[in-house]
Amino acid sequence: MPISFTVNGAKRTVDVDPETPLLWVLRDDLKLTGTKFGCGAALCGACNVHLDGEAVRSCQIQLQDAAGRDVTTIEGVTGNVAKAVQDAWIKLDVVQCGYCQTGQVMAAIGLLTQIAKPSDDDIDKAMDGNLCRCNTYHRIRLAIHEAAKTLPG
Amino acid sequence: MNRFDMTRIFALDTEGDEAGRTALLAPSRRGFIKLAAGAGSGLVLGLAPLPRSIGGGEAAAGKEAAAGSLAPNPFLIVAPDNTVTVIIKHLDKGQGAATGLASLVAEELDAEWASIKTEFAPADSARYKNLEFGVQGVGGSNGMSNSFEQYRQAGATARAMLVAAAAKAWSVPPGEITVKAGKLAHASGKAGSFGEFAARASAEAVPGTVKLKDPKDFVLIGKSTPRVDSRAKTMGTALFTIDQMMDGMLVAVIARPPMFGATVKSFDDSLAMKVPGVVKVLAVPQGVAVLAKSTWPALKGRDALKVVWDDSKAEKRGTAEIVAEYKAMLDKPGLEVRKDGDAEAALKSAVKVIAVDFEFPYLAHAPMEPMNAVVRFDGAKVEIWTGSQLQTIDQSVAAAVLGIKPENVTINTLWAGGSFGRRGTPDGHYVAEACAIAKAYGQPVPIKTIWTREDDIKGGYYRPIYLHRIEAGLDAKGAIVAWRHRIVGQSIMSGTPFAAAMKGGIDPTSVEGANTLPYTIPNMRVELATMKIGVPVLWWRSVGSTHTAHSTEHMLDIIARETSRDPLELRLSMLSKHPRHAAALKLATEAAGWGKPMPAGRFLGLAVHESFKSFVAQVAEVEAKPDGGFKVTRVVCAVDCGLAVNPDVVKAQIEGGIGYGLGAALKSVITMKGGVVEQANFDTYDVLRMSEMPRVEVLIVPSDQPPTGVGEPGVPPILPAVANAMLAASGVRTVALPMTRQSYRRA
Ligand code: FES
Ligand code: FES
Repeated sequence: MPISFTVNGAKRTVDVDPETPLLWVLRDDLKLTGTKFGCGAALCGACNVHLDGEAVRSCQIQLQDAAGRDVTTIEGVTGNVAKAVQDAWIKLDVVQCGYCQTGQVMAAIGLLTQIAKPSDDDIDKAMDGNLCRCNTYHRIRLAIHEAAKTLPG
Repeated sequence: MNRFDMTRIFALDTEGDEAGRTALLAPSRRGFIKLAAGAGSGLVLGLAPLPRSIGGGEAAAGKEAAAGSLAPNPFLIVAPDNTVTVIIKHLDKGQGAATGLASLVAEELDAEWASIKTEFAPADSARYKNLEFGVQGVGGSNGMSNSFEQYRQAGATARAMLVAAAAKAWSVPPGEITVKAGKLAHASGKAGSFGEFAARASAEAVPGTVKLKDPKDFVLIGKSTPRVDSRAKTMGTALFTIDQMMDGMLVAVIARPPMFGATVKSFDDSLAMKVPGVVKVLAVPQGVAVLAKSTWPALKGRDALKVVWDDSKAEKRGTAEIVAEYKAMLDKPGLEVRKDGDAEAALKSAVKVIAVDFEFPYLAHAPMEPMNAVVRFDGAKVEIWTGSQLQTIDQSVAAAVLGIKPENVTINTLWAGGSFGRRGTPDGHYVAEACAIAKAYGQPVPIKTIWTREDDIKGGYYRPIYLHRIEAGLDAKGAIVAWRHRIVGQSIMSGTPFAAAMKGGIDPTSVEGANTLPYTIPNMRVELATMKIGVPVLWWRSVGSTHTAHSTEHMLDIIARETSRDPLELRLSMLSKHPRHAAALKLATEAAGWGKPMPAGRFLGLAVHESFKSFVAQVAEVEAKPDGGFKVTRVVCAVDCGLAVNPDVVKAQIEGGIGYGLGAALKSVITMKGGVVEQANFDTYDVLRMSEMPRVEVLIVPSDQPPTGVGEPGVPPILPAVANAMLAASGVRTVALPMTRQSYRRA
């Protein structure tokens, strides 16, 4: 049974196993490879996307549960918070291998959308689910503060 | 796949078997790869190129140079549109190889940084060998050091040709032409861009020798040029192996044995084949492969497989049994690795002897992108896409598995989602298995073989278990007069082509850092006992120093405490012959406020260690509670890595190394019961998270020495620095890692 949902503003329809995690639908069927696989078990955050505006783990959402909903991936994320975060990431050269970073960026956008000026504690809480094996945490923290500086509120 | 069972890879095909054995197991016969133990740090592979050139041509091989381009050597292309493409011979797994090598070319070419693009070189050791290894690949943090002259020469050559072309066109002497940020100019007002002169420059003779810049004229080297990969990796457009999507591509996963060395006895794929999307189930030497049209059906198909394993040859010991065997070995003398004076006699006559045993567990690398490779094999030639770290080995292994010649193996190196040693495998096993699947499937479609996180955590290639015993003898004044250091553990090199670097049965990677202890101690003996365990092991970011730095540097603080001396003063009193260690220590401790009063509940610990020719001192600050709970709040680090080509990348590598080591200090551990690994994913294999990352300050010791490693040397000192801070806080010695194995409750 074909299932439809909105991805980055466009309606998409796929006809695969309705239990397929959204992660693999995005990557394999829609070729949106910016969303990464890191654990498949809600333990790393590499697969973060926004579902109806909220940061979620796409490895834990079945395709059938995304039906009719609005998904934003790193390829389609826009707005002043997204721009502030990505600009800060580039300015501070946060990335190393980069594999975790799209998930980090999506989580950071989620955080700054909720809390405009997060404290270190807020950052620890919001970002603790996003692993970085290159351990860029120190710069992620700085980049979130940097992005917050450029945002109103 | 058990590393000690490499013959199984080659048993697929007799022709391949022969080629594989020759290339990998009897390297000296062909002069393919010669290795020698490096003096002191890591390893230096010595220097025989492949017998025949693979690929031919002298120009850059990364892509066809567009018409009108200048491509005078294999390392760069200056295009008519003013872009300069630098061909990167090493894998970039986050350490910044692309940025670093490109900046060397850009510096000598006087290119504009914004016009620089990078591309990874194909596997072709004739053109792209690591000048320290003699084959293509990177490891031991030598990516920058082996390329430093080579890439500068490449840029300077192209610059000279552009200048020669402009001089002709303008009828002026070449010496009067200036070059700056991609622009050529003459005092007469004549000016032009690289692009305008690229075609004419390519008609100029390639100069035999070129003069490199005086370091005082550097405009990019030593400055923090922005990374070339920040934008693509932040926007999600950088392509990793897992992101390869090709027409007709299949995705494969392997059902792997539950114990190292077990093999498939039989399997039932009837349910797996019913999963929509599953295309084929195949026996391969590594297990049972499920091939599907996309990832999810492959995973579901694997779950539906029923496999009966033959574990008759499997390693069935658990970590408890392994540690017990090692413990018994600590009581016996091992092979002598270092001997100064007479440690035995000095221990006997010492006024006091302090003896401490240390235990280090298996550790998984767990790079964020699990192992993977895409392979397309048409029966005669193969094309491979992967984050290849040792391209020449991967190329030889693929040829051996497929029964073809290495020159028919094309490897496209892609961005890799981390390695930390994991992708630099002497047996090329993850390329081998992807090739085995392609061969067994027998059709020329691309097949992407991926590992799940569980495959990765359970899959071996760990940092080996090591046990250490250090006995220090003190004289009546408390000075250290004897030092005996016994190490027991598995060899990483044994059974691989790197075994050629072992002398007298001693794997240098088991003892590095211990045999080079810099302190002046008159009687010193270092010993090694190498154990055979059927668990595949591998270099893990900073290799031997992951354990030798902890045991030696923690031991010094234990001695300092017993003799009521300041840990800094004790070290400095014994470092007169090693000024670079001492300078790094002084810089870090001054910046950290060593010796100043600390707020209640805060404690400092320090450590210094040399690895990969770099000298790193760290001071860790902990906030410790009486109940034993603690948090590492701040790390101040001084690094002497020779000339810092890109100081910001150096800092990033050290920051990352501190976090990577801190995870191992605090909580990461692999254990086995009855041969079965007890961890599976990041819930059980615990790694460092954001809330545990301290504030980090990295100070670079100014230096005009040649550049040395930065990818690994940030790791070793953090374990003892944190342990030393907790020793100061609680009096508890960190004798077993991770630190969760001790209680730091105050007595
Ligand atoms: S892949 Fe979804 S949380 Fe790790
Ligand atoms: S940048 Fe490599 S895992 Fe985060």
